[in-house]
Amino acid sequence: MLTIYALSKLRKDIIMKKIRVGSGAGYAGDRLEPALELMEKGNLDYISFECLAERTIAIAQQQKLMDPKKGYNGLLEHRMDKVLPLAYKNKIKVITNMGAANPQSAVDVICKMAEEKGLKGLKVAGVYGDDFFNQLDKYQDTTVWETGKPLSELDGEVVSANVYMGIGGIVEALENGADIIVTGRVSDPALFLAPLVYEFGWDINNYDLMGKGTLVGHLLECGGQSAGGYYAEPGKKDVERLWELGFPLVEVSENGDFIITKVEGSGGVVNKDTCTEQMIYEIHNPKEYLTPDCIADFSNVIFKEIAKDVVEVKGAAGKEKPQTLKASLGYKDCFIGEGEISYGGPGCLERAKLAAEIVEKRLELTNVKYDEIKIDFIGINSIYKNHGRVYNTPEEIRLRVAARTKTKHDAVQIGNEVETLYTNGPAGGGGATKSVSEIVSVASILINRNDVEAKVIYKEVL
Amino acid sequence: MKLWDIAHSRTGDKGNISNVSLIAYDIKDYELLKEKVTTEVVKEWFKEIVKGEVVRYELPQLGAMNFVMYDALGGGVTRSLALDKHGKSLSSYLLDINI
Repeated sequence: MLTIYALSKLRKDIIMKKIRVGSGAGYAGDRLEPALELMEKGNLDYISFECLAERTIAIAQQQKLMDPKKGYNGLLEHRMDKVLPLAYKNKIKVITNMGAANPQSAVDVICKMAEEKGLKGLKVAGVYGDDFFNQLDKYQDTTVWETGKPLSELDGEVVSANVYMGIGGIVEALENGADIIVTGRVSDPALFLAPLVYEFGWDINNYDLMGKGTLVGHLLECGGQSAGGYYAEPGKKDVERLWELGFPLVEVSENGDFIITKVEGSGGVVNKDTCTEQMIYEIHNPKEYLTPDCIADFSNVIFKEIAKDVVEVKGAAGKEKPQTLKASLGYKDCFIGEGEISYGGPGCLERAKLAAEIVEKRLELTNVKYDEIKIDFIGINSIYKNHGRVYNTPEEIRLRVAARTKTKHDAVQIGNEVETLYTNGPAGGGGATKSVSEIVSVASILINRNDVEAKVIYKEVL
Repeated sequence: MKLWDIAHSRTGDKGNISNVSLIAYDIKDYELLKEKVTTEVVKEWFKEIVKGEVVRYELPQLGAMNFVMYDALGGGVTRSLALDKHGKSLSSYLLDINI
């Protein structure tokens, strides 16, 4: 029989339940070591890896068309090789959107790897249903955000259509005991909000809680960016050992308040400034951050530094979720051809300007067609364009010519006309490079949330 | 004095929209920033880059503002011809404003 003391302690444990969630990646190609460090030393319950940029899924879809077993994140095997044994050993659940265009295949790959490693009983789930390509006909009159015109007038073949789903599929997978969950397109915060909803039994119609959990996700979804990554300014904002940057982790209370920190001894810094920069990152109106699960309100958020590298976060709220969901369509848009070449020493800017003039004249003479061209003098005006400024004579300058074309042939000619400056252009040009990219662009539309439904598949490691 | 002396910033992107935060190191400077760094000032400063509207959102408890700049990324991240397609470096440009 439980003593009163034990009962009260048990009750306290229940009341004080806290969940620790780590950020495993902020983009597809992110460093792996910080995730492993979190899994080893972070005392985590969950780790989520955000690895799916806006148009990556369109490219993944094309890979799947060529090989039905592909179309998941190209680094899935690389990450899972180290992540799976740690997850198994330390009982950490893993959630990731590395499924991209093919979560089903990703589940097979993960199970095969886990089997080879002897991780018996590991349950792997795949969340899909975000692909609505076969329903596109009914959205032809829908306005595309980027163009302001109906989808039917989009200039380019649509190759993928994926909607940003909410937490539903992930929560279902957790309820069914999944240890590793690999999804297609879901909202980035959903990767972090879902385990909180599952663990605390949060009512998904309690939008203040959804808003608080969304802030957790927003602060974690970009990997190191809350922990001193993308922050340093020598002499003003110094950050320790960015080469060993620790990724952030949160400890969330049932009421949605949380602390954000990192593994002790790792590089980086967590303070109210790193948190503020990241909270405002990629949001527009702080009162209305639209997600599939709520309209989050970050306008009253407070950050309080309670210890070195520990920040307490309170004050997020939310409103009812939108009836529509954002969807991204990938379409074959254009080609971009580029070429670069460097000039140095006295008169280098004048020679680079002459080189640019030669390239433009050559493109005209050889009848190369382009929709837009951009000529940059790297070191002077390639990232900013404030023409009113007076510049000192540079020591060196790099000419860059980029143009958008309809055909690959014309795109190739852009770089070629820069390269031929070697023997045909001004004196002393060196280090020419060229490239051609086929551009799959993204068109965004809103769709009815009832048109898609999350589906979950399960597989257990034998 | 440059904004860089008293504030810091980070840029985010969504399609053809750029958002740039401006955060006072010392919250006491927030009112000064609010007074000096109006949407008109920012629009004029970025006029060679930003073709659309600029909207300012305020977060006084954090000493921070968020400038949302429309039609700012050369047609959007995927098809822009810019070297910095995401406009990541625009934050440092904002901090170059003299007040």
